Amino acid sequence: MGVDSQGPGFFTSRLSDGIAWARKWSLFPYPFVTACCGMEYMSVASAHYDLDRFGAAWPRFTPRQADMLLVVGTISHKMAPVLKRVYDQMCEPKWVVAFGVCTCTGGFYDNYATVQGIDRVIPVDLYIPGCPPRPETVLDGLMKLQQRITESHHTLREDVRKPVVGGVNTT
Amino acid sequence: MTEPATTLDDNPVIARLREAFGDAIVETHAHRGDVTAVIAPDRYKEAIRLLKTDAELAFDFLTDLTAVDRLKLKKKPRFEVVVHLYSRKNNSRFRLKTRPANDREPEVDSIVDIIAGANWPEREVFDMFGITFTGHPNLKRILMYEEFVGHPLRKDYPVNKRQPLVPMREIPEDRPNIYSF
Repeated sequence: MGVDSQGPGFFTSRLSDGIAWARKWSLFPYPFVTACCGMEYMSVASAHYDLDRFGAAWPRFTPRQADMLLVVGTISHKMAPVLKRVYDQMCEPKWVVAFGVCTCTGGFYDNYATVQGIDRVIPVDLYIPGCPPRPETVLDGLMKLQQRITESHHTLREDVRKPVVGGVNTT
Repeated sequence: MTEPATTLDDNPVIARLREAFGDAIVETHAHRGDVTAVIAPDRYKEAIRLLKTDAELAFDFLTDLTAVDRLKLKKKPRFEVVVHLYSRKNNSRFRLKTRPANDREPEVDSIVDIIAGANWPEREVFDMFGITFTGHPNLKRILMYEEFVGHPLRKDYPVNKRQPLVPMREIPEDRPNIYSF
């Protein structure tokens, strides 16, 4: 029918847009909270700033039911295998948010204990710097992530990870 | 207010320690009311026992137990174990130090059987400085992972050395420069 030669067809792209719309408004976060940024996360999640407006309010405390890994706080080398394991247990599609400067680059913890950015362990889709980031920054980041979800192609079955922003796929 | 006398003989704790241990008290000093004594490592445990059990002194609370690596200060011996004590009875504090003679394999008596609260601090000092506490019931790393090699708070531990447990990925080329905001 010549559909293949013309790129994604009408129904495929409508399907992708529909899935993207559904996914971006129903992000289920897994809060991997290790440090003081957790207070800021609680502030964002609570009534005043209200993550629920973006459909990302319901933390799932099992990685198998979550699709947004919120890494909130300093990750030490002792913690890194746990983070990797949590990430590996999450089903596709999944997005990783580095919340706070410690998760982005290690922050001022340039020492023997701290991983210099969680992108050294797992791929990261969204970096939210700040020590800690203000809730507005987090909401801005969340909207950027939603924008990227809108822009990326979705299928009903995600077999391969397609990194939205963060570099090399290790899995 | 003038500085207290350098010999500190008028201090009751120092006087009591001098009476009991004599020349084993290597050094004493005080700064703004913080009294410190340095004792020879072979009498260290006895001194702790005296400070805790003596009815007058009654230093019954271990505030902290830590150590100093004096490598860059070019001091001998290299390591110094510092014990901070508090007396609830007299509402006073005292600091006791001891310097293990062997720089390569520093060794100090454990005081866990006298002060049970020294258990984890001694493990931490062992973990961070590699000072062995002989007689400790469970001397193994407490903060770092078992696979970690070396002792990170030693001054000769390379400041940029990392010992990751999982393979480290390359820093992604598209990692944003977050400091440019």
